[in-house]
Amino acid sequence: MATTSLGTRKPSRREADSGGPKRVSRRRNIGDLRVALFFVAPAVLGFVLFYLLPTIRGIYLSFTDYSILGNPVWVGLKNYLKIFQDKLFWNAMGVTLEYVLLNIGFQTVIALGLALLMYHVAKSTLIRGILLLPYLVANVIVALLWFWMLDYQIGIFNQMLQWLGIPRVAFFGNEFWSIPTIAFVNIWRHMGYTALLIFAGLQTIPKQLYEVANLDGASPWQTFWKITMPLLRPVLLLVMVVTITGSFQIFDTVAVTTQGGPVNASRVIQYYIYQRAFSEQDFGYGSALSVILFIILAVVAFLQMKFLRGNENDLD
Amino acid sequence: MTTLTKPARRRRSLNWGRISAWAALTVAIIITIGPFLWMLRTALSNNHALASQSSNLLPADFTWGAFARVFGLQSQAQAQAEGGSGASINFWQYLGNSLIVSTMITFSQVFFSAMAAYAFARLQWPGRDKVFAMFLGTLLVPGIFTALPNFLLVKNLGLLNTYLGIALPSMLMTPFAVFFLRQFFLGMSREVEEAAMLDGARHSRIFFQIALPNASAPIATLCLLTFIAAWNDYFWPLLVGNSPAVRVLTVGLGVFKSQSPQGAPDWSGLMAATLVSALPILLLFIAFGKKIVNSIGFSGIK
Repeated sequence: MATTSLGTRKPSRREADSGGPKRVSRRRNIGDLRVALFFVAPAVLGFVLFYLLPTIRGIYLSFTDYSILGNPVWVGLKNYLKIFQDKLFWNAMGVTLEYVLLNIGFQTVIALGLALLMYHVAKSTLIRGILLLPYLVANVIVALLWFWMLDYQIGIFNQMLQWLGIPRVAFFGNEFWSIPTIAFVNIWRHMGYTALLIFAGLQTIPKQLYEVANLDGASPWQTFWKITMPLLRPVLLLVMVVTITGSFQIFDTVAVTTQGGPVNASRVIQYYIYQRAFSEQDFGYGSALSVILFIILAVVAFLQMKFLRGNENDLD
Repeated sequence: MTTLTKPARRRRSLNWGRISAWAALTVAIIITIGPFLWMLRTALSNNHALASQSSNLLPADFTWGAFARVFGLQSQAQAQAEGGSGASINFWQYLGNSLIVSTMITFSQVFFSAMAAYAFARLQWPGRDKVFAMFLGTLLVPGIFTALPNFLLVKNLGLLNTYLGIALPSMLMTPFAVFFLRQFFLGMSREVEEAAMLDGARHSRIFFQIALPNASAPIATLCLLTFIAAWNDYFWPLLVGNSPAVRVLTVGLGVFKSQSPQGAPDWSGLMAATLVSALPILLLFIAFGKKIVNSIGFSGIK
């Protein structure tokens, strides 16, 4: 959405520039270049030092054996071949996928519901602000707060389960529950933020469409499926590209609560990379793992964007 | 809004829908606020009393002790008497570190990103759109992927465990900040700029005297978002700034938690510490909540 508005703006500005005599506009191009270099220099330096070179270096390191001490030793595809036979890697991928599916699945549905409520029922900024609050608080804080509330012995949540006659659950300490619990904690943190993004999308749907549907006697249910959802789909997919990319990189919550346990039940991919690279000083292997994560994210984003573009065409 | 045009029969059924909608919203608000109140309740409790009063909704044996413990104001004996671990923690230090790092990142990143955004939006130069596309492309690169080589770079520069090492990678630009401000500079009116040009003003003057003041609202919003993101960051400061002298709050909280004895963790102390860590953000939120809420839309997609 944002990128399309960029696209429409650029040509019109260019036309305006080429409207004048050619000689003038060319002189201006070169004249601006010197100033422009001055203006972009710090940002370009940051881009090259902390994005571009690290990307190249990361790919290079993934083909080496490197333990911080000494120099990287080129080993070709060894790291990648090892990864494909690494049970912990496959476990991490499975665990991460389980997390992403639970997190994104529930979060998107809940956020969509909240966004509809924000749009149709409660228009106050205060309510939107309250629902956004958890997102503004650090992951670490949110994780520790829920770690306490979900404590097996004296956590308030288990206390409430007991009042309801339901047996206590070791949320973070149980192999089955650890990932759903972490997924839930992050749904709690992100649902308001995601709802606001979807809410912004709802505001772009022309109001007349609802009025027409209303005059035609469409039920709210019909209006939702026939008008809201088709028009919201591009926004919804864009939101999902962003949330899924973030979800794959779950780290903070795991790092301060379960630390990958019990056994390997919550060792998500980024935590595994962290352990291999920093606890075991195996930078080559860690880099190869992060290259694989990068490729997975790029493929997922690409598939979604393709899907997204197809939908935009349908609507226009 | 739509109910006005509806016949009476429909309106009644919609009212039921309205009631359940408000009920759902109320539940969502309670679920959102409740945990924060529980954080406060626990922070004001005596840690020893928490176990026996786990179903008491008010602070168990009200005390400010947990806060005193967090700021290192309690003697070891006192701390242990109230259920602390007895290990010394000084959150003043971490609070200061977080403030220094977040402030460095915020001002520097917003300023340099504004400069770049101005060049991308208002200046004509060959290769401009290509460079901008490359900037945007970095949004797709996962943080962990650049974190490993960046760690090596910071280490090679001898900046491990320094403020600059923690802040540097975010100080020069982020693709989001450049993108966010470019949007506003694109919308700036061309006439003012051209009038200034005719008066012989240079681009540096236009930038400082026209573009920046005109964009003060989005710049303030960006400062808020950047500060909050920097304050909350955990992974990068954990990698490069784990020594106590430069440790930021999020990393300090992780250490605090792992220091707790496994049998009876110091929950009161931990919750007091999280509350202290979240406080600056809560204050910003109270002061500028509306600005933050309204900034989240399409341009707010990170």
